[in-house]
Amino acid sequence: MSKVEGAPLIGQSLAPSAEYLAWLRAERRDQLTVRGAQLALLLVFLVLWEVLPRAQIINPLFTSYPSALWPTFVELLQATPQQASILTHTWSTVLATVVGFTAAMALGIAIAAALWWWQGLYRVLDPYLVVANAMPKTAFVPIFYLWLGASLSIYGMSLAISLFVTVLMIYNGFQGTDPNKVKLAQTFGASKAQILTKVVLPGSVPTLIAALKVNVGLSLVGVVVGEFQSANLGLGYLIQYGSQIFKLNIVMTAITILAIVSSVMYLAISWLEAAVMRRR
Amino acid sequence: MVGSRSNTSAVPPKLELRDVALRYFGREGETEALRGISLSIAAGEFVAIIGQSGCGKSTLLSLISGILRPTGGAVLIDGRPVAGPSRKVGYMLQQDYLFEWRTILENAVLGAEIQGLDMAAARQRATALLTRYGLGQFLNHRPRQLSGGMRQRVALARTLVTEPDIVLLDEPFSALDSQTRLALADEVADILRRERKTAILVTHDIGEAIGMAERVIVLSRRPGQVKSDRPIRFATPNGARLSPLAARGTPEFNGYFNTLWQELEVHVEG
Repeated sequence: MSKVEGAPLIGQSLAPSAEYLAWLRAERRDQLTVRGAQLALLLVFLVLWEVLPRAQIINPLFTSYPSALWPTFVELLQATPQQASILTHTWSTVLATVVGFTAAMALGIAIAAALWWWQGLYRVLDPYLVVANAMPKTAFVPIFYLWLGASLSIYGMSLAISLFVTVLMIYNGFQGTDPNKVKLAQTFGASKAQILTKVVLPGSVPTLIAALKVNVGLSLVGVVVGEFQSANLGLGYLIQYGSQIFKLNIVMTAITILAIVSSVMYLAISWLEAAVMRRR
Repeated sequence: MVGSRSNTSAVPPKLELRDVALRYFGREGETEALRGISLSIAAGEFVAIIGQSGCGKSTLLSLISGILRPTGGAVLIDGRPVAGPSRKVGYMLQQDYLFEWRTILENAVLGAEIQGLDMAAARQRATALLTRYGLGQFLNHRPRQLSGGMRQRVALARTLVTEPDIVLLDEPFSALDSQTRLALADEVADILRRERKTAILVTHDIGEAIGMAERVIVLSRRPGQVKSDRPIRFATPNGARLSPLAARGTPEFNGYFNTLWQELEVHVEG
């Protein structure tokens, strides 16, 4: 959700009136209240997570404590002969996710462009795409492991989870191109390739960014699920490993890092979106 | 030059339509949009085509521009049949359809870019045109920063940058408010006359047609057929052409208006 903030005063060079300043203050107060509430919510969650297990109201064996996360993290930083450093695990997951959504975007755009180019192809493939999109792709984790091996299956799962929804989203974006803009290009004698590159693609940039947003989250899901099964590296593996030896500290630390990783990626895309939209 | 419409002369007319027909096909059946349209338009002529909505006016322009092929008859430009979009024809659509991801200057050179023209020369031409239309300081602005009238001027520049001989105008002012509409009609008529373009204006505004064109063609209701084709003349001391706004003040204007109104057979239903 983007917010419209600081709408410009229309053509006024007057000194701001007292009423306007009061309105500005109220706006600012409003904003601070929301931010404060958000922070308070997080704080309440953390406090409950710390206090309830310590008071033995819930079993700490299953939840760990927030205060245990940092020491666990520091401990996991150290690489041992049996276990890579947590930074290596994180890097492995991030890399696979970035490769996953980049591949999904590239392939998604290419496939959507092909479907746009050959309407007949779309009409044939439409039901299969819809079914493929609705399929629970995680059902393929064991099969991908057999087909692709330990490391490739992670990329495969990441791609499988994000590709179909990407194709459908981008294709819909292409189809939503204003037909009059296409007609305009045609009046200048534009070829189909020119219509694609000069009208359809640049006009679909907002859709591409929306698809990217969806994709980042889905790719991360694919990578973590893939790592559960097959890897000896990655945060998904660490979660699996930690739960098998009943060290919830490890599990919770890995999950917290996942939360941070996905927030950072989401922020990066929001920033990209703002940068692109400012140019329009 | 005006009215030299004979087919017997050695030089073929700028634009000729011979018995043009168009049918649309759809699941529910076929629709006859145009039937037996024959027209001849001389170089430099400014013709208006009026008719009620749905009479095939815009379809006629699409046929002339070559983005639609007639299902019967032929469209000829300079005596040669139209086989597709031609560089000789520029088309101004009902709205500006400026691309929001391009600057004003980049929008103005879109046609030149698609047609593979020399881009340095095209940019120069676009800059000159936009400056002449009072948009010189907006070259690097985005379309959303401009008003409707300014945007439609950019669209005109975009049409003229590719230097077409024939300019098709499909109700190009219909999306504008009435003051801007009158002012811009004056301006556009003036620009097209000075550049000696052959112009075909499609509109449902009778006043706009009389004011801008020297010949008005009335299309009947679907299937569109030529119902009448009459020259528009104003008695001026030196025979000079009146601006569309000035034409509205003449006694002839009302006469033409009433005649055309009757020919349009407007029936208000309900």
